Order: sequence, then structure tokens, then C-alpha cells
Amino acid sequence: MELFNNLLLGFSVALSLQNLWFCFIGVFLGTLIGVLPGIGPLATIAMLLPITFNLAPTSALIMLAGIYYGSQYGGSTTAILVNLPGETSAVVTCIDGYQMARQGRAGPALAIAAIGSFVAGTICTLLIALAGPPLAEVALKFGAPEYFSLMLMGLVTAAVLAHGDMAKALAMTALGLLVGVVGTDVNSGMARFSFGYPELTDGIGFVVLAVGIFAVGEIISNLGETEERQVFTSKVSGLMPTKADLKASFWPILRGTGLGAFLGVLPGTGPAIASFSSYMLEKKLSKTPERFGKGAIEGVAGPESANNADAQCKFIPMLTLGIPASAVMALMLGALTIQGIAPGPQVMTQKPDLFWGLIASMWIGNLMLVVLNLPLVGLWVSLLKVPYRILFPCIMGFSCIGIYSVNNSAFDIYMTAIFAVIGFAWLRLECPPAPLLLGFVLGPLMEENLRRALLISRGDPTVFFTRPISLGFMLVTLIILILMMLPMVKQKRAVITD
Amino acid sequence: MNVELKDNQRFLSGLMFLGIGAIAIYMAQDYPMGSALRMGPGYFPIALGGIMIAFGLFELVIGVLKPARVKGDNWSLRALAILPLATVIFGILMEHTGFVPALVALVYISAWAGPQFKFWEVTLIAIFLTAASVGLFIYALGLPYPLFVGY
Repeated sequence: MELFNNLLLGFSVALSLQNLWFCFIGVFLGTLIGVLPGIGPLATIAMLLPITFNLAPTSALIMLAGIYYGSQYGGSTTAILVNLPGETSAVVTCIDGYQMARQGRAGPALAIAAIGSFVAGTICTLLIALAGPPLAEVALKFGAPEYFSLMLMGLVTAAVLAHGDMAKALAMTALGLLVGVVGTDVNSGMARFSFGYPELTDGIGFVVLAVGIFAVGEIISNLGETEERQVFTSKVSGLMPTKADLKASFWPILRGTGLGAFLGVLPGTGPAIASFSSYMLEKKLSKTPERFGKGAIEGVAGPESANNADAQCKFIPMLTLGIPASAVMALMLGALTIQGIAPGPQVMTQKPDLFWGLIASMWIGNLMLVVLNLPLVGLWVSLLKVPYRILFPCIMGFSCIGIYSVNNSAFDIYMTAIFAVIGFAWLRLECPPAPLLLGFVLGPLMEENLRRALLISRGDPTVFFTRPISLGFMLVTLIILILMMLPMVKQKRAVITD
Repeated sequence: MNVELKDNQRFLSGLMFLGIGAIAIYMAQDYPMGSALRMGPGYFPIALGGIMIAFGLFELVIGVLKPARVKGDNWSLRALAILPLATVIFGILMEHTGFVPALVALVYISAWAGPQFKFWEVTLIAIFLTAASVGLFIYALGLPYPLFVGY
């Protein structure tokens, strides 16, 4: 009954008035940015990270997590009502969700998206609670070679599964590792790549990098687009799905959850891949595949469950191994570190209130989202009418204040300006910045573990292949790389990511 | 497809990776390399620089063989010049004049990068955002910045 006791502890933490409040703020903000196209969870969490410095670690994590999964809910609202993905993961929902809305069934589409997400959230919360402790137990036995191989696997899978050109994604990962090197080397005390600036000997700030690229760089790119965002909204009437709707959605929701959970634990696979795979699966399994694209409810139920399951299960490697499986998780890890908590398997035993409190809060947050979202649809729709020219100066304001407050340093602001320009160039050259961010976070850790591994093995690099767990990670990495280079898979991948 | 090299995104990315890799290796020459047994501070950066150069060359070749055009219609030069400028001015004003002037200047200059600049609308955004930020950041969160330097 340890699980029961743990969850009880979790709920006692998450149900405190303060944490409930931060959970609410998190999911509310998350839905808001999820609804608005052009600003994602990554930029928002990066902007708000400095605000959380003053909070208790548990409250801070609860709020940031709420923003993350809340944005998955919000993204589907825009997809269904406006045929625009509020988040990239909602691209698939546009297909059948918008068709349903045009047929006057926007209500059931929104409801089934929320129900599917809630079911997925519930199952994945349980999954984290069940899988967390044994995984952390295994992870405690990891030595330097295992950590290095695991991180390598994470980086490679993240890069090859990223959107677009694989070689570019791998190169961006290497570049991220290189940017992570900037600063003082812990072993020799030598300042590397500091270009003579004392400020750079502390390394480049994570918030600077993330906000520069994902907030300011993104705005520059958006302002360059010529077309104006247009909002068509249909009236939402009658929220409740019919019995037939619920019956048709039952298995797609469960299948989507399973698929999303599986892909979620894998590093690097964004929610977009989970929702797309689920859509393809449902279409293949359907007896009437010709309905897809014309308002099939399964085409909303499956992908919406899948992307939420994916988003939640991304927490498993972050919480148990201390390894971020996506750029957003890298930010969460940053938030932990800033709070003075060393990420890794020991978090669960040393900070049980944080670990279980966060897990319980995710379930509570998912419940809040269902209760909040459906009645507030009208509010979200009216928000969509706020033009971008009003929105973007506000984003600029919050970004700049956020960055300045990290170190009270104007230098960080200047660095942000530089990364905004570079980040914009990357967007135009279609060099994906998310793998770079992942590499940046893991860079110092990887170097340290590589150094240690080679020290134990007396400089023999075969150490990564002679220890069984490490060998396993290396083999998976290799298999994924080879698979992705096969012509058949390559074609499929091109279809999925385009 | 016929794409000029200056519009060829693969070629340009390759050039960038190649350049960064070369600079990294050049700079890391000053850091002791060490051996595999005892990696010096130069070991990891030089290895990464090598990887970057390899990918850079690959993209260059692919770019020439299978060109792809740069994404988007233009380089949105207006925003590209104005937004970083607005950010830098925010930093300078924060240091010398205080929170309120810095934020107001940021809003006005940023808005200037947008498709249309309506003076009254921007003024309203500036007032609203400044009031909200002063309330949230200065009073609620207690960030220690002077609203105006000297007052």
C-alpha cells in the first residue's frame, strides 16, 4: 500500500490552498497561451521562470507544469473553432475537429477533446506514480557510462524525430552542446569561449537562450509574415456529446493514451508526433476510413488523448532520471536547479512532498481544465480576436523584465537581442532550435560524465559497450539511427513531419 | 528546382555549421587537450567542432545537389532591426533611468516594428502594461528596481 500512502501525501500537498491556487494560475495561463497561436508553452515558461524564484519549489513546479499541460487543452480549442492550431500538437485536430464545428457539432468536438485529455491525464498520472519509484531505483545504480549513453540516446532520438531535416537537427544538437560549454570548466577552472567578457564565464543563461529564440526571435519571424490572422468563429451550442459519440470515442481515447504514453517516455518525440500517429492508427483501424477528414469524432478523440498523454509522460524521465526528454522539460529541470534541487533519482526520496505533490497536482489540474474549459469557451474565443499587433509588445515587455530579473543584468538583455537575431535566422533556415536547447542543457552533464567514464576505464572508450545497461542505450541509439536512414522509413517520416 | 546559393537554406545552414565548427576548434586550440584518460578542457569542444564541420560539409553538398529555398517570403528586415534595438535600449534605460521609462520605451519602439502603428493604441498598451508590471513585479513580487532613477 505504499502507492496509496504516497498518493495520499501527494494530495495533501497539492490540495493546500496555496498550491491549488498556483495550479489554477498555471492551467489558466496554459490554456490562454494554448488558445493563442504564435506563443507556445516554451516561451511562456521561460518568461515566467524568474517569477517562480520567490515561490516554494513545489508551488513553482506545480504552476509551470500546469502551464505545460494546460496549453495542450487550449491548443485544441483553437483548432476546432478556428481551424488554426493553437499549438503544433493540435495540427491534426484541425482536420476533423473543424469539420465537426462546420457541421454545427463544435460542442461535442470540444467536449470529447476535453474528456479524452482528462482520461489520458488520469491514466498517465497513475502511470507516473507506478513507474516512478522502480525507475528511480534502477537509475540509482547508474554510473557515469550509463548516464552518458542515456543522454546520447536522448539527444539522438530527439534530433532524428524532430521536424524536418535530420542532419540539421543533429548539427543543432551538437551546436547546443557547444553553447553549453561556454563558461568556466569545472575541472580546470579555465574560462572557455568567454570572448573576454567576464559575464560569460558563468555561462550563457538558459532563460536568455530560450526567450531570445522562442519569444523575441519568433515575434520577428511572425511580423515578417504577410498575411493577417483571420478569425472565423462558429457558434457553440450544445456541449454534450451523444451516447453514440461517446461509444465511438471510447477505444480511440484509450488507444491514443497508450500510444501517447509510450511515445512520451521516449525522449524527443513531441506531442505532435503522438497525435499524428494516433490519427493514422484510428484511420487505419476504422471500418469507415472515408469519414476521416469529414468530421469523424474518432479523429478528435484519439489525437487529443495522445498529445496529452505524451505531454504528461514526458515527466517520467525528467523526474526519475533527471534527464529532460523535451525542451520544455529542460526548462523544468532548470527551474528545479534554480531552486537548489539537484535533479536525478534522489529527488523522490529526498523530496517526496515535491515529487508526489507535483504528480497529484497534475491530476487536479486536469480536472480543473475540464471544469474550466468548457464553460469558458466563449472567453477564449473572444481572446482570439485580440490582434497580434497588441499582443506582441506585451510579450516583449514580459520577456525583457523576466530576463533582467534573473541576474539584474543588462548584459543578459543584450545577449537576448543577439540570440533573437540568430534564432530568427535559424527559423528561416529551418534549423530546429529545440534540439539545440536540449543539447545546451545536457552539454555540461555529458562532458562531466564522459570525463568520469573515461577516467574509470583508464581512457578505454569501449566502456560504453561492455557494461550491459550502457550497451543497451547505445544499441537503441544505433537502431533508431539506422531505422531512420532506411529509404522506406525516410519517406514515411517526410510525410509525417511535413 | 533552381535556387540561388544566397537563397539556398541547406547551403547557408551548412556554411553556418562549418563556420561555427571551425571557430570552435580554432578557439579551443588555447585550451589543453589532455588525453582520453584525463580529458582537458579542450577535448570536448574540439570533438564537437569536428562533428559540426562534418555536418556542415554534408549540408553544403546536399544543398548544392538538392536545393531548398529559405522559408518565408522575406527576411522581415524591419522587425529584425527594430526588435533587437528595442531590447538593447530597454537594457540601457533599465540601468540609467529606471523601470518605467525602460518599459514605456520598449513598448513604443517594439510596436513600431508592427504592421501598423496607431499612436493612441500603443499609448494605451504602454499605460496598461506599465501599470500591470509595476503592480506585479515591483509591488507583488518585490523586485528591487527604482521606478524612476533619482525619485
